[in-house]
Amino acid sequence: MSERPRLAVIGAGPAGLVAALAAAARGVSVTLVDAAPEAGGQFYRQPAAGLGARRPSALHHQWRTWERLRDGLAAHVRAGRITHLTEHHVWCVEREAASFAVHALLGPEQEESVAVRADAVLLATGGYEKVLPFPGWTLPGVVTAGGAQAMLKSGLVLPGRTAVVAGTGPLLMPVAVGLAAAGAKVAALVESADPRAFARHARVLAAHPDKLAEGARYAAELARYGVRVHVRHTVVAAHGSDRLEAVTVAALDTDGRVREGSEWRVPCDSLAVGHGMLPHTDLAETLGCRLDGVNVAVDDEQRTDVPGVWAAGEATGIGGAALSLAEGRIAGLSIAARLDSRVPERSSYAVAAKARGGLREFFAVVDKVCTPPDRWVERVGDDTLVCRCEEVPAAAIREAVDELGAGDVRTVKLLTRAGMGWCQGRMCAPAVAGLAGCPPTASRRPFARPVPLGVLAREPDGPASRPDLL
Amino acid sequence: MPRTPLRLVRARPEPSFTVTFDDRELAVLPGQTIAAALWSAGVVSWRTTRGSGEPRGVFCGIGVCFDCLLTVNGRPNQRACLVRAEPGDVIRTQEGTGHHE
Repeated sequence: MSERPRLAVIGAGPAGLVAALAAAARGVSVTLVDAAPEAGGQFYRQPAAGLGARRPSALHHQWRTWERLRDGLAAHVRAGRITHLTEHHVWCVEREAASFAVHALLGPEQEESVAVRADAVLLATGGYEKVLPFPGWTLPGVVTAGGAQAMLKSGLVLPGRTAVVAGTGPLLMPVAVGLAAAGAKVAALVESADPRAFARHARVLAAHPDKLAEGARYAAELARYGVRVHVRHTVVAAHGSDRLEAVTVAALDTDGRVREGSEWRVPCDSLAVGHGMLPHTDLAETLGCRLDGVNVAVDDEQRTDVPGVWAAGEATGIGGAALSLAEGRIAGLSIAARLDSRVPERSSYAVAAKARGGLREFFAVVDKVCTPPDRWVERVGDDTLVCRCEEVPAAAIREAVDELGAGDVRTVKLLTRAGMGWCQGRMCAPAVAGLAGCPPTASRRPFARPVPLGVLAREPDGPASRPDLL
Repeated sequence: MPRTPLRLVRARPEPSFTVTFDDRELAVLPGQTIAAALWSAGVVSWRTTRGSGEPRGVFCGIGVCFDCLLTVNGRPNQRACLVRAEPGDVIRTQEGTGHHE
């Protein structure tokens, strides 16, 4: 048989790109399907071409890796081994008899849908930021930390003149450095975790001198820009009428309580805030892939439990670009071998597997240390909106739990509409779970993004005619 | 010289074009999303919510949260952080669902 096996890679971030290159180099015909106008994902998000950036590397780390990925992609596209579909927003992946149909809406209008057929699928769908609510968090000027970074990387714009960066997790330092380098006055970096907690994991840290050096570099850059760092502190409220004017910062006790009298006000017109990341798992769930907690479960070769479906990068667990690269490489090698009815030799991906193991161990520690502060739920005032789309305040969620007996996120949603809006609960699900006192669960969404009814009506054999998918 | 994002990456943008935002003219650099163009002009909110009419703008910045909706050339509910501005675009603040205008 002369026809090459077909792979659809969903997502052109680090994991998807490196997997596409590895598979294409081994004879697989790859279609790379991505929502953005250019490859790179969120980590390697690039300024639009018309902006004429002559030194885009100033906004990035690991630029050489990006150059290799970018040039590799261009070479494979020229040779016809990879088809790169940009501005294709995948809303569903469907299992057919012996293949898959990847359904994508064409952006930015997203009114027309096309289907890409493939023998195997790699889900490299990445993640998005988790933000827990606090009084004032819906004010214009309050943005996610990753969002501020994304707008800067692609549009070369800042959210304001004076920023506060707050929350918890490894994203905060690069965001603060980026904003400062681009000319914002970063009035404070407010991290709720206590870095001393890392000391309890000295063995893991000692195995990652590169990560420690990276942290030290960011700390030095923050010092150079005069950014004050406050650890074991939190933003307890954002203030303003029509837009952000100030935030209140407070110190935290070891048990997560605000230290009485420690509050002070920081004038600012922007707040970049984040409490960690969550994986995009909608496509995996519709395919029936098993999840492990909130992550797509994969084996040593990055295979999900659905034959023909692989997953790599943040979708399988948050761990940053280096881990995504390792997982993507393993997935690409596995796919090329399996589509050729071979078992991949473990030696072919031993280096990547070693990196993967170490990085997963490291990010498990980060996850333990950089958890949102205990008792954050207590600081969410009754009138604070939790569901931004449907404008559901904390009081309604508390009432659903305390008086109506809701014991899980789904029941809260049915009683209050929290999670029923445009974003389908992506923004509020962790907060609703926290307020309801139940563990965060993956919410089963039949489609990964809003789909016009006309598109569903036009799909003769598509998901609309498959009630089992809904 | 003060630091700016454009200076940081030594940008030499192509000539700007104009769009209208609520009847006011804005200069846009080619390739910028509508959200980026509005931020450049110092505008941070361009929607009011359906319930209590609160102002909203960019929140997630990557197309997930749907907070930055506005009306572009008569089409409501467009995500400003995803849609690239085009010369002559008529952009309007969106009130509520955007279907009552």
